[in-house]
Amino acid sequence: MLAFTQVDSLVAPLDRPNIDTDAIIPKQFLKSIKRTGFGPNLFDEWRYLDAGLPGQDCAQRPRNLQFSLNQPRYGGAQILLAAENFGCGSSREHAAWALLEFGFRALIAPSFGDIFYGNCFKNGLLPVVLNAGIVSRLFAAVAATPGYRLRVDLTKQTVTTPSGEAIAFDVDPGNKSRLLDGIDEIGLTLASAAQIRYYEARRRELEPWLFTS
Amino acid sequence: MNPRTLFDKLWERHVITESADGTALLYIDRHFLHEVLSPQAFEGLRLTGRKVWRPETSLATADHNVPTTARKLGIADPMARAQVEQLARNCVDFSITEFGLDDQRQGIIHVIGPEQGATLPGMSVVAGDSHTCTHGAFAALAFGIGTSDVEHVLATQSLSMKRMKPMQVRVDGQLARGVTAKDLILSLIGTIGTSGGIGYAIEFQGSTIQALSMEGRMTLCNMAIEAGARVGLIAADETTIDYLRGRPYVPRGAQWDRAVEYWRTLKSDDDASFDRSIVIDASHVQPMVTWGTSPEMVVPVDGCVPDPGQEPNESKRNGMVQALSYMDLRPGTLIAQIPLDKVFIGSCTNSRIGDLRAAAAIVRGGRVAASIRQALVVPGSGLVKAEAEAEGLDQVFVEAGFEWREPGCSMCLGMNDDRLNAGERCASTSNRNFEGRQGAGGRTHLVSPAMAAAAALAGRFVNIAHL
Ligand code: SF4
Repeated sequence: MLAFTQVDSLVAPLDRPNIDTDAIIPKQFLKSIKRTGFGPNLFDEWRYLDAGLPGQDCAQRPRNLQFSLNQPRYGGAQILLAAENFGCGSSREHAAWALLEFGFRALIAPSFGDIFYGNCFKNGLLPVVLNAGIVSRLFAAVAATPGYRLRVDLTKQTVTTPSGEAIAFDVDPGNKSRLLDGIDEIGLTLASAAQIRYYEARRRELEPWLFTS
Repeated sequence: MNPRTLFDKLWERHVITESADGTALLYIDRHFLHEVLSPQAFEGLRLTGRKVWRPETSLATADHNVPTTARKLGIADPMARAQVEQLARNCVDFSITEFGLDDQRQGIIHVIGPEQGATLPGMSVVAGDSHTCTHGAFAALAFGIGTSDVEHVLATQSLSMKRMKPMQVRVDGQLARGVTAKDLILSLIGTIGTSGGIGYAIEFQGSTIQALSMEGRMTLCNMAIEAGARVGLIAADETTIDYLRGRPYVPRGAQWDRAVEYWRTLKSDDDASFDRSIVIDASHVQPMVTWGTSPEMVVPVDGCVPDPGQEPNESKRNGMVQALSYMDLRPGTLIAQIPLDKVFIGSCTNSRIGDLRAAAAIVRGGRVAASIRQALVVPGSGLVKAEAEAEGLDQVFVEAGFEWREPGCSMCLGMNDDRLNAGERCASTSNRNFEGRQGAGGRTHLVSPAMAAAAALAGRFVNIAHL
């Protein structure tokens, strides 16, 4: 997995609560059996004016220039500023894959859908929770200041504004270290295989019917 | 011992190891798989040369992408077919039981798991699908996971998880005529919002919950995720045990007796404390209809479309304005005056036999309104379909002008051919009214099966309490 330490980048805003994973990557693109290829269809129904189908050449499609990610001033942004409950809905990890492939490395919002939040950490995408007041202040700053950048530092757990203000954020230590090192979580768990076996033996005593076949 | 909630009991029973910060390695007892969120997980196993830890704990079927007509002809869409075939290949290669498309036990994973007795009280249950919370109706610790976690569970039979906080939703009293579990959960989501349950495991308690059938309980837990909670829970009781008795995957003989004895302990202790509590008076709940593009945008059927101008929070107000524009609705419009184009009865929320009976009871002898272009009934599984047919429900629907289909997710998410066209408005018994969910540009109103049936006959919403 991709490691994450810090990112210093332009910020793209998406001010709308409850953006669900269906909106992040619509279902027709979930027919793929691969992990890649989802970036061009990120926010497909909002980014393009035509109907999106798998396998299209997205470079040729008409774009919705009202949509923030299509505006040149946010081109190349690696930080997405979003509203409450971003990533709610379906557990599709394709949402995290699409955001990453598009170029985002960090997301900032007052809250995230639980499953999506976890999926981000498994893929090297850092979701940062800041309180709603700070997020609306950042939205205002992004809108008012072309070229507005933020620095998100996972080691220090801070988001730093251009004026040098460092805003602290919380992150679970386990998630933090996995992201910093980009480690293979399955390999790590398999190192505890003996403990899993030991647990199974104990559990078999308590609920033998779960171990009959 | 300190009083514990049902969630605490389930969580603690599944902890393999726990670190000081509350992150646990949790043991997983049951894993359901479907074709859409699993291929990349199997690919990961192949790339790393890893095996499945306990293949017998997994149960797979294709549901999201499958056609609901003319199954014998196979799947026309080549990408959907490749995905369904890939699931079959993965299950053979990794020794996992799969119910194929020609198997009567095939259906939506959240319908077939309980139906087979493959979901049992006290289990931890996962699936690469957010509506896995449905299985919590059986006092099982059940939650949806992403594809990386699917691979992790396959390879290690465990998951690294942060403990959730227990939340109590207490509902007492009698639901009024025409008011169902679906209205109850929509009404709760309308109250606490779709982010109200983030970080929590919601336990539903109270006399109203105890009086619900297992199907009603599944409907309730199914939409815990729409309230933001990954887990919905209901204590095990006689209703749970009666439902499970004799099903294919349940323990037999002395093992059954021992299991039942344990399952009866799966409830919160009387004085257990919750991090958050909500109390609902069941008699105040009305038949509900969503008007917007998030399940929290919901009002009673006698109400009207709300005015964003009245919403003080700016972000919420923007969301409402966007939702009204997408839904093509104006503030103040009576819900009962919204004309409909399509009706969908199905999905893991409402496609079980009780749901079909409730809808058929309304439909019997009636006709689908001329203005309705399509009214679909999609049973949750082949077994639900067979049971409904044995009772003649299919005839009731077909005679009224509904289409009676093969089981699957169907128009809940429109990955197959069952979908809304741009601009079409649908009364749907599913769980998500997101933009484009049922088809690009389609407009979804979430309702109960009885309401969907009544809406099909009237061409618009009606207060079923008055029928
Ligand atoms: S019926 Fe709908 S919500 Fe349920 S599993 Fe299928 S797609 Fe998901």
